[in-house]
Parts: sequence; structure tokens; C-alpha cells
Amino acid sequence: MYGPDMERAECYHLRATAMAQTKITLEQVRHVARLARLEWSSEQEERLRADMDEMLAYVDKLNELDTKDVAPTTQVGEAGMPMRDDEVTNRAAADAMLANAPSRERGYFKVPKIIE
Amino acid sequence: MNREAYEAVIGLEVHTHLLTRSKLFCGCSTTFGAGPNENVCPVCMGMPGVLPVLNRRVVELAIRTGLAAHCAIAPYSIFDRKSYFYPDLPKGYQISQYETPICKGGYIDLLAAENGEPRRIGLTRIHIEEDAGKNIHGENASLVDFNRSGVPLIEIVSEPDLRSAEDAGAYLRQLRAILRYVDASDGKMEEGSFRCDCNVSIRKRGAKEYGVRTEIKNLNSFRFVEDAIEYEVGRQIAIVESGGKVAQETHLWDPARKETRPMRSKEYANDYRYFPEPDLPPLIVPAEMVEMVRASMPELPADRKARYVRELGLTEYEAGVLIADRDVADYFEATLPGLKNRKSAANWVMTEVLRVARDSGKSFVEAVPPAAEVGALLRMVEEQKISLNAAKTAFAAMVKSGKGAQATIAELGLAQVSDESAIAAACDKILAAEPGKVAEYRAGRDKLFGFFVGAVMKAMGGKANPKVINDILRAKLSG
Repeated sequence: MYGPDMERAECYHLRATAMAQTKITLEQVRHVARLARLEWSSEQEERLRADMDEMLAYVDKLNELDTKDVAPTTQVGEAGMPMRDDEVTNRAAADAMLANAPSRERGYFKVPKIIE
Repeated sequence: MNREAYEAVIGLEVHTHLLTRSKLFCGCSTTFGAGPNENVCPVCMGMPGVLPVLNRRVVELAIRTGLAAHCAIAPYSIFDRKSYFYPDLPKGYQISQYETPICKGGYIDLLAAENGEPRRIGLTRIHIEEDAGKNIHGENASLVDFNRSGVPLIEIVSEPDLRSAEDAGAYLRQLRAILRYVDASDGKMEEGSFRCDCNVSIRKRGAKEYGVRTEIKNLNSFRFVEDAIEYEVGRQIAIVESGGKVAQETHLWDPARKETRPMRSKEYANDYRYFPEPDLPPLIVPAEMVEMVRASMPELPADRKARYVRELGLTEYEAGVLIADRDVADYFEATLPGLKNRKSAANWVMTEVLRVARDSGKSFVEAVPPAAEVGALLRMVEEQKISLNAAKTAFAAMVKSGKGAQATIAELGLAQVSDESAIAAACDKILAAEPGKVAEYRAGRDKLFGFFVGAVMKAMGGKANPKVINDILRAKLSG
């Protein structure tokens, strides 16, 4: 596959290989930690690696089932999607929404400088 | 550099806001230009414990767009979470559609230019997703406004079927025209409601495989898209010609320096970890819903063009110019009632009206006088109440003053005199004053006829109907 969907395809591929290996490496633990902006000590990293390994081993167990003829299920229940009419029901409430912000300026949320 | 030996392979991803009153998953307003963080609530701020509820209108507009672009509408699609951290994304994920977009396949036909070949550009998919907030970068801190967070978008992904910057420009214009015809989007690039990313690679002409592609972001005008592609294709050819390899990276277009430059790898090295959104059940679109949307579809640009050629007798070119923008086409049609000569109305809109719109710098609708007034002006020309030149003078005055056609003609004294007795009296006066020239004419100097017409026209202050002058003079001189 080429083009705009490639990024998605690559991501999907990465997920698939991770599942097939069932052996989580420390590299992968660090990759996920970086994505989640988390920092761990090396003991914690090793414990997480072992935990994730175990979890994936469990998924491997599920993989023993033959699901060739079963459609992928993301949710159970047949109710379908509830939808709302296209109406504006919320009033402007900038002050209330900003009330818990650690830092604010002129109606904006203020965050550490983003480096582009 | 042997540019001719290569061809460009281009695919476009267009994000466009949908014309809804409220956001995708909550009842906040989507109005552009509100004060910072006025249109936000716990849902679009990603507070704990909230649940998204899908806006039905978004689904309808996505289906409309899909039908207009000949897509297959998925009877079953799900929403996914795309996870990444950025200050403008309060939940830490964007709700999007990944493996099951609401529209699949489809195509857009580029309407042929005057002598060009029509081209069909394939679509990969159209899916629904929510927009993020907006960051303003300051000296020591960044400021975040979440008004745009949760505004509904569709992403329209093309196949890599485009071969040049002109192709890309034509595709974008046609896509925007379609979105505007079906009321899905206002297509305003300057307000960020129509945005485009380009995937560009090159290959030896005739080759089947694609080269390594780069993605170009930050393109917020048609000109930038065309300039950026032109630049990027040249850059890639130069690399390959000198024996190098194009790197797969994301570039930003710098409109000031007219070049693309790579973003640092950290900025796009993302692993989005898509997974099905557990807060939203699958979206089931029954066939009846698709048929209901189909029944409400307005006339599409290609159909309108065909109708102008078939029923109004316009050329392909004229019809193409008029339908390119829905506002212009609607305007043209509003000038027509009571007019016999449709072609003159088409010409008038294409030249006079479009020029005024172009020169004004305002939007078409804001810039031009009401279509009914232009229609009235053209009717007066048709009924020989005013000359074509007088109509042009009146039109220019109407643009400035905002007054109607009748009032302007009266005010400027542009009405054409067709009253035969008045014209006959003026003719008699001229002929009586020039007995010598009358004798010469009668002796065979035909060229003098023009002199008499001019003299009568001058005597009547340029307002006489030239056809009536001709008829009367001919009768009098031959008698």
C-alpha cells in the first residue's frame, strides 16, 4: 500500500508484530513509556516488561481459538449508535472551564512553551 | 537536469470542517471567531467521566459528500482512538475512524479545461474525525484555545493519481466546489476550515513502482499547494539525478522562502496506537438513511454544467467557468428570469461581474450588486432601452453606489431614445444643415452614411438607439 494510508498501515504492522512475538523487549517498554511521557527506573522497566509479557501470553492463549469465521467484534449489544440533533445546547462558560487550570492568561490555558 | 524523464506521483489528504451548528460529540457551538475558550464544555475538554454523543448531521453530511464523490457508504463503521500527546488535544487521543471509514472508494472527475482531456481521480476513503484545539506560541509560554476542539471534520484521502501541481490544484478546486454544492463545507482555507497535506514522490516516466514519498504539511492556500509540489518534485529529481536517495520524511512549506524543509524527526515519529473507541457503539447506517440523504442531494457541478450546455446553449467553457463556484452559478441563474438571451447574461457574469468580484478582494456575494438588478439591466439592453455601453457605465456606478438598475439609469440619464419622431426630427435637422454632403451621398459616396449617423448621435447626446437612426436615415436618404 502506498500513499496517505501508509502511516496507518505501518502503525498497524507494528501492533501486529508485537502481538506475534509475545516476547516484550525492554526497548518496547521504553518506546511505550516515551509515548505516554512516563519515566521508569530500570527495576520498574523490568517488572513492566515481565507483566506485559504475561499479558500477551494470555492473548496468545486466546489466539488458539479458531476465529476464522467470526467477524471482528468491537462491542457487544445491538442497540447501535444513539445520535443527537445538531443543536447548540451549551452556553459560553469560559470562566467555569478555566477555573481548574493551573495557569491561565486572557481566557487561554497557559502551558509550557511548545517548541516547534 | 532531465525533468522530462520523470513524472510526479501525488496523493492529497484534505481535512475540511463540516457546516454544523454544534460540535461532533457535544452541544458546543462551532462558530468561528468566538473569544478564547468560550465554546467549550467538559466533553470537548476531555474531563473525566464524560461521554461523547454523535451529531446526526455530521453523519448525513459525510454521506452526502460520499454520494457526491461516488463512494460506497459503509453500512457498518466504528470509531477509533488515535493517541498522541499535544497540548491542543485535551483527552490525549483524537476520536477518528481508522480501519472502517464511513465512505470507501469513489472518484472525482476533473472537469475538462477548454481543450483538455477529462481526468478521473480515485478516492481511497472519507472518514469522520474531530478537530483539535489551537495553540498560540508565545515567547515564554504557549496559550491554548479549545474552541476548535471537537469541531467535526471529514478527511478525504485521494489515490496517488495526480501527476502535477496543476492536477493537484484542479482536484482541490473541484473537491471544494463539490463540498460547497452539497453544503458540507464552506471551503474557507484562510479560516482553516479546508486544509491539505500532500504526499509527493517521483518515478521514471512509465515506471510502475512508486519512489519514496515525502509528506508536505502547512499548506493553507491553493497557491501554496501548487508551489510546494512544484518545488518538491524539482528537489526530488535533483536528488535522484545526482545519485542520491529521497528520504521518507515530513516537510513543512515555507511560503516566505518558497521552499520545503524537513521537520525534525521527533515531531512526526508517532505511534498512534489506534484501537476501537469503547465509548461509542458501532455506527450502523441503514440503506433507508442513505436513500433519504440521496433524495435530498442538490444538483452537482457536473450536472449543472451539462444542463447549461444542453438547455441554455452555453459552450463547455462558459458553463465550466460559471459552475466552478456555486455562488457564481446561483447568481447567473438569478439574472435569467425574463431574459431571452442567456448567452449575454453568461458573458456579462463571466466578464463584468467576476471582474468586480476579483478586484474587490471581498467574497463574491459581498462584492457584487444583487443578481436581480443585473438581470434588470440586461433586460433593458435586450429591450433596447439602453445601449450595451450605457449598461457597462450603469453597472460600474451600481457597484459603487449600491443603487438599483432603474434608479441608476435615470440618475445618469443613460436611457436610450428610441422615440422615432424625436430621432426623425434630429435627422431632418442634420440633413437640412448638410445639403452638399447629401448630394454627394446620393451621387454614390456611400461612405458618408457613417458621417450622418455620427452627427445624429452627437446631436442626441449619444443616447439615441443606433438601429432606429440607421433605419430612419436610410429611408430619408433614399427618398
